[in-house]
Amino acid sequence: MTALLEVSKLRAGYGAVRVLRGIDFSVAEGEAVVILGANGAGKTTTLRAISGMIDAAGGIVFDGQPILGRRTEQIAAAGIAHVPQGRGTIVDLTVDENLRIGAYLRRGQEIETDLERWYTTFPRLADRRDQQAGSMSGGEQQMLAIARALMSRPKLLLLDEPSLGLAPLVTQELFRTLGELNRNDGVSMLVVEQNAGLALNIAARGYVLTTGTIVTSGTAAELSGNDDVRRAYLGI
Amino acid sequence: MTFERAQFIRAAVAVVLVIVAAYVFGWYIPQFYESSTTYLWAEAFYIGVAAMGLNLLTGYNGQVSIGHGAFFGFGMYTTAILMESHGWPFVATLPVAAAVSFAVGVLVGFPALRVKGLYLALVTLGLAVLFPQLTARFVPRDLCPTCGTSQVGELARSKLRPPGWVPHFISANDQWAYYVSLAAVVIGLIVVVLMVRSRFGRALIAVRDHEAAAETVGINIARVKVLAFAISALYAGIAGSCFVLVKRLATASSVSVFQLSIEFLVAVVVGGTATVVGPLIGAVVVVFSGRWISESFPSTILFLHIDDSVKNLLSPAIFGIGLILLMYVLPDGIVGGGRRLTMSAWRKLRGRTSPPALKGIDA
Amino acid sequence: MSLFLTQVMNGIGSGAVYASLALALVLVYRTTGILNFAQGEMALYSTYLVWYFAERGVPVWLAILLSMTISFIGGALIERILIRPVENSSPLVLVIVTIGLFLAINSIAQVQFGNDIKLLPRAYADKTWLPGNVQISSDTLVLVGVLIAECAVLYLVLNRTKIGLAFRAVASNFESSRLVGVPVGRMLMLGWAMAAAIGALAGSLVIAPVGLQGASMQEILVYAFAAAALGGFDSPLGAVVGGLIVGVVGTLTTQYFHAVHDIELVVPFGLILVVLLVKPSGLFGTTRVERV
Repeated sequence: MTALLEVSKLRAGYGAVRVLRGIDFSVAEGEAVVILGANGAGKTTTLRAISGMIDAAGGIVFDGQPILGRRTEQIAAAGIAHVPQGRGTIVDLTVDENLRIGAYLRRGQEIETDLERWYTTFPRLADRRDQQAGSMSGGEQQMLAIARALMSRPKLLLLDEPSLGLAPLVTQELFRTLGELNRNDGVSMLVVEQNAGLALNIAARGYVLTTGTIVTSGTAAELSGNDDVRRAYLGI
Repeated sequence: MTFERAQFIRAAVAVVLVIVAAYVFGWYIPQFYESSTTYLWAEAFYIGVAAMGLNLLTGYNGQVSIGHGAFFGFGMYTTAILMESHGWPFVATLPVAAAVSFAVGVLVGFPALRVKGLYLALVTLGLAVLFPQLTARFVPRDLCPTCGTSQVGELARSKLRPPGWVPHFISANDQWAYYVSLAAVVIGLIVVVLMVRSRFGRALIAVRDHEAAAETVGINIARVKVLAFAISALYAGIAGSCFVLVKRLATASSVSVFQLSIEFLVAVVVGGTATVVGPLIGAVVVVFSGRWISESFPSTILFLHIDDSVKNLLSPAIFGIGLILLMYVLPDGIVGGGRRLTMSAWRKLRGRTSPPALKGIDA
Repeated sequence: MSLFLTQVMNGIGSGAVYASLALALVLVYRTTGILNFAQGEMALYSTYLVWYFAERGVPVWLAILLSMTISFIGGALIERILIRPVENSSPLVLVIVTIGLFLAINSIAQVQFGNDIKLLPRAYADKTWLPGNVQISSDTLVLVGVLIAECAVLYLVLNRTKIGLAFRAVASNFESSRLVGVPVGRMLMLGWAMAAAIGALAGSLVIAPVGLQGASMQEILVYAFAAAALGGFDSPLGAVVGGLIVGVVGTLTTQYFHAVHDIELVVPFGLILVVLLVKPSGLFGTTRVERV
């Protein structure tokens, strides 16, 4: 499998505060990779660096192209769909409009077929098609954010703590859907999460990020069996 | 260079600056320059006073007001009316003007609690626009012959003369106006410094930065915000009183009150919000810019000869463009930007270097 | 009764102007988050352009269209070149920048076009209709008609086109719009461009009967601010409703309450104060609930 995303020696921060101190990881095509970390570890910073939302140094190569330094809009056009922390719902638009804006960079009739497809995958969105997106529950907004990202037919999906603020049952359903998207539809994804249990269930490989450095990496099985990981993230 | 050494140098420089300033402003300018310059400096001073007050409200407390021209007007009219129809000496009118402006500030401060940010700015704009109309309606001509929405006449020269109890080197009207304004600046400055360093000053900033948190530590938000309004209004009112002495009349057209309100705000931002000296420097820039522009702006640019009359009409444009450019380069204002520059120069001098240059990342 | 209705109609006419300029203010505010003090002066300059073309024999309606087009481009350029560098600065800095723009445009306009009063040729016949003794002038009809047309065009563009959708997305959530690839910079330019064009139209129509001069737009701007604040600064609908209310209330009180003679501005501002005390974000504004 070829590396879809290759990150090397990534350093990033906010002004005087350095958050990432040089990390390396990769995502192969068709893979679901998870980055585990506690609050403040640098998970969101990592994704924002990939999306070009903050200044960073090091190497980010996506689909064979170096993308570090490019503008966010260009990176989106290259095929990366970023679902931000807190879902980033465009609250004043309807559900349908949110999905359509997700397809902004595309043209043609296939947009309509894709819309129907995601309405089928996420029936609750279909029910609320013309409802204002901001009035939906957290779980529904998360579904919307993911569907919106998928509307661009991305090569890589970035998900920032999808479980944040959601009830346990909702997150279980959410991750089940993510898992299916990866296994059945081959959607490559990079998920950063605190909720290790759910994340490792759907991922092939994972990394553990602690205060800006990657301390452990391995397959999902290896990580689940790792004592440190179990103690820190699985509460065992 | 040890920390103590640096402190000593800083203190020494400050003392030297104060002595030089005291000589220049306390003696040289009023004694040796002609009256038009003296009056101009007096204007810079009272604008500075108003700006200092506005800075307390807007810079330190975060409530944006574009209506302080109205409070200025209250002080101005109080002084003018008392001097004109009741024959009060100027100095006696000051406490009354201060009290009136303070009271109006309280009156405005309370409804201002309900309105935030942009809407507050617009409500204060309403105040500035309303004031001239209110005075036109409620101040009868006989109460104040020199008041009006356009220059009617000048306050009788006798009323503007320095009173008998001042030292003899203050002999001319312009010198009297100058020293009054200077005194207002000095006193105002001292009070601002004391306030900013006090608990009240910290409460101002706390309310600005995080109102909910300030409340949880026991700060009475309403009291702080209303007081901030009232004190800033008082400063503006005193400045308005000085105006009477400097311009020899009381006037409030909707254009001038609005312009004044903007002048104060520009002075605050140009000098540096939430700095003590910033508003004063800003006021000097604002008041003198007209003269500087017409004097130093070249008469020929790229083969285009600029007529003098055109230069006069263009000077607001040059000022406006200058403002915009200043905001690109020094968004913290002159004092704020100056502080930033000296701090980085200082750091380099002390031998501290930043880690390997990362794009946009400092250590 | 007919006098009352006549005054209401007059109020609606002037209200339509305030509504148009308020609409421009809201467009700029929704996209770039800036209160543009220079909106009136931009409209002023655009109106001077109309006079300039009309003086040279261009038919007035064409001159207005030309000016609107130039203003559209000008607005976009102003955003890109002058405003973009400071877009992320504190609100105070932004206020100062727009004030600087105000001063610059006003004085450049006066230098370029002269300080005397300019008369614009009428774009339409000056007629008055008298349905049931209520006086309706052609001015009022045109102003209201233009306002309706503006709102219709704006509605269609914003709600039925892809670019309108992108524009609304940027106004609602800047970051998410970037993440789906919307060229956000261009949307910001579009906001300023549309506002400038609307301002040009409003200025041209309102100035025609009275003549054009340096301070023409300033009082209108103040009323437009009042209208936008009344309606809620983030609501285009609010701007329109607010403008009409300000216009009608202003005209009626001038007519019926002689106590407010000379202090007409008390009325709109008093109204705004009352509304804001009850609903601090304006009639149609969205109350943002803040999480602490």
